[in-house]
Amino acid sequence: MILVILTESALFTIFVVAYVYYIGKSLNPPYPHEVLELPILGTIALLSSSGTIVRAEQMLKRGSLKGFHQWWGLTILLGAGFLLYTGLEWQKLIHRDGLTISTNLFGSTFYSLVGLHASHVVVGLILLSIILFASMRGSIQHRHHEHIEMISWYWHFVDAIWVVVFTVVYVISART
Amino acid sequence: MDDGTITTTIPAGPEPPPARPGEERGTLTAWIQDLIFTVDHKKLGLLYIGTGWLFFVAAGIMASLIRAQLVRPNNHLVSPETFNALFTMHGTVMIFFVAMPLVFGFANYIVPLQIGARDMAFPRLNAFSFWLTFFGGCLLFFSYVGAPGLYGAGGAPAAAWFALAPLTSRAFSQGPSVDYWSLALLVSGAGSITGGVNIMVTIFCYRTRGMTLYRMPLFTWLILVTMFLVVMFLPPLSAAQIMLTLQRYLGAKFFETQAGGSAILWQHFFWIFGHPEVYILVLPAFGILNEVIPIFSRKPIFGYPMMVAASVLIGFVSAGVWAHHMFTVGLSTFSVTFFAFSTLVIAIPTGLKIFNWLGTMYGGHLRFEVPMLFSIAFIFQFLIAGLTGVMLGVAPFDWQLNDSYFVVAHFHYVIVGGIVMGIFAGTYFWYPKAFGRMMDKTLGQWHFWMFVIGFHLTFDPQHFAGILGMPRRIYTYQPGRGWEIWNLISSAGVIFQGIGSLIFIFNLFWSYWKGKKAGEDPWDAWTLEWATSSPPPDYNFETLPEVRSRRPLWDLKHPEDPDWKFE
Repeated sequence: MILVILTESALFTIFVVAYVYYIGKSLNPPYPHEVLELPILGTIALLSSSGTIVRAEQMLKRGSLKGFHQWWGLTILLGAGFLLYTGLEWQKLIHRDGLTISTNLFGSTFYSLVGLHASHVVVGLILLSIILFASMRGSIQHRHHEHIEMISWYWHFVDAIWVVVFTVVYVISART
Repeated sequence: MDDGTITTTIPAGPEPPPARPGEERGTLTAWIQDLIFTVDHKKLGLLYIGTGWLFFVAAGIMASLIRAQLVRPNNHLVSPETFNALFTMHGTVMIFFVAMPLVFGFANYIVPLQIGARDMAFPRLNAFSFWLTFFGGCLLFFSYVGAPGLYGAGGAPAAAWFALAPLTSRAFSQGPSVDYWSLALLVSGAGSITGGVNIMVTIFCYRTRGMTLYRMPLFTWLILVTMFLVVMFLPPLSAAQIMLTLQRYLGAKFFETQAGGSAILWQHFFWIFGHPEVYILVLPAFGILNEVIPIFSRKPIFGYPMMVAASVLIGFVSAGVWAHHMFTVGLSTFSVTFFAFSTLVIAIPTGLKIFNWLGTMYGGHLRFEVPMLFSIAFIFQFLIAGLTGVMLGVAPFDWQLNDSYFVVAHFHYVIVGGIVMGIFAGTYFWYPKAFGRMMDKTLGQWHFWMFVIGFHLTFDPQHFAGILGMPRRIYTYQPGRGWEIWNLISSAGVIFQGIGSLIFIFNLFWSYWKGKKAGEDPWDAWTLEWATSSPPPDYNFETLPEVRSRRPLWDLKHPEDPDWKFE
């Protein structure tokens, strides 16, 4: 999993570099400062899901399957909430502000970077749901906690990437 | 184990159930099914290697056509469009579907045996990686017949193997040709990345008892560094290709200069992958030499710790040299200085390796078997390749000769004179392990001499043509510039290389049926892959061996003077 995270980081690095390289290079509007709003709610949802997944792991280690289910389910809800928030944001950008991937450089780099992250959230949610489903059927036990930990590492990775994306896209580039 | 043989009696079990139709033992259908469904690292390794040689023949024919077109001035053997497609496909196929599968094939076959494991860490993922690579290659070749390809030569990608922007934008590359290029490489890239993760996990977690990292055979060490580079530097290529695909299909603006995009950014992204790729290919060849040279010099490798350190150093420094491919695009003085400096620095660990190989051979009892011949050729040719590399690393020199035939000669010296020679050495060296029979020595020597003579005839003159100003990728040229004789010699060399390759391929098949029986350990070698039968059983080792030094088989053969006493 460390290696997977390594290789994924390399992938994201290129997209982040492309985004940073093209900050302020768009020739036509809309520009970031006109359309971007800080995604506070989504960020809170995603970052707190890192906490809930840790709680879920602790529950599993202690052998409390019920607690594991609750915290794990909450993690999925928070992740889905983030995705919903991103979807609403994109809807606003596309329909109200007229920003699509082919509008300008900002659109291209924004949608590819945020979209790549969102697709990782989707993959994460699928993984989390498979675990929840398997666990509901009773096939996840205390002895699986190391496997579960690997999935939570992936989830933390997705969170960490969001911190980078948030900083680069919504804090730094939103001034231009 | 007093007489060195192990006898086991297999109790008579119940009769196995009758085979289902098409799965009877020994039939063709059963054999094909076995190849398709196998998750065994040895079979997958051989599949990788077979795929590599198959595409090698295809891309070799393309190279012959290119040389035939350039044999004399104003030649019109093929059309300019076909020519563009030929060199693009030749480059792409040779790098991604010949060299990469061969590297992964050797890594797959040898690494688990050398570290005393029964299989890879994730056998099914391994099969997945192979089939992605294989079908990636098929997808690329499908460009010749797919879409508008059948109605003209427009199908195959024709934007050079590094697909420079803005040539790849829809305005300049119409039709789906560039999409075949990027999608095929995305697919095979995913296969390589998963394969790289798999091999690294195998090396870290599946070493047999006693095999510390410091006792690991050097081939495995080099593969470890290689796979690290695969995992770190293939994603940039994938990322760039995703951007390119978004640009071509959804109208994104990444490399679109009219919209403020940068064509140079594509070059940065491509070469961030492209330069480490050179080391991804050459490090395994180094690894093969690290196994072959000591065994045929009858001496342990000279300077093992230095070899490991140099490999790791090459791995790291290779991450910071990419822009030496871009000196002519107009970088800042600071970047030019930095990348020229790092390019020169990487020659140091590489030179160290050459000294270590010479040090291993010095005073040794040399046996000139075919693998050793190829290894010696490797050392000399790679040295020259390294020297021209240092020349090109000096930025002002590069400004003169970038995109000339000098560069073509340089990287073919690296790839054919180095990597391909190493792969040939490895093939002759490990063939008896994989099939239980030796490859024919006389045919091997014919192959060696034909190929080496052909190689020098083809690529030595290209240096001179390049210095005389002949650019790369030109369709044809005018007489009277002094290029004719060099191109003529260069094309003549192809005949020798072609005959050599044909002898090699004939030898591969002939020895399979008619070769001398090899036995477990034909070369009197020292690493664990020679401790099991040839070919190894599905489970590799009956009992997992325990290792006490870098040369476990030496310890076994010479109990009076084992290596571990000196560690």
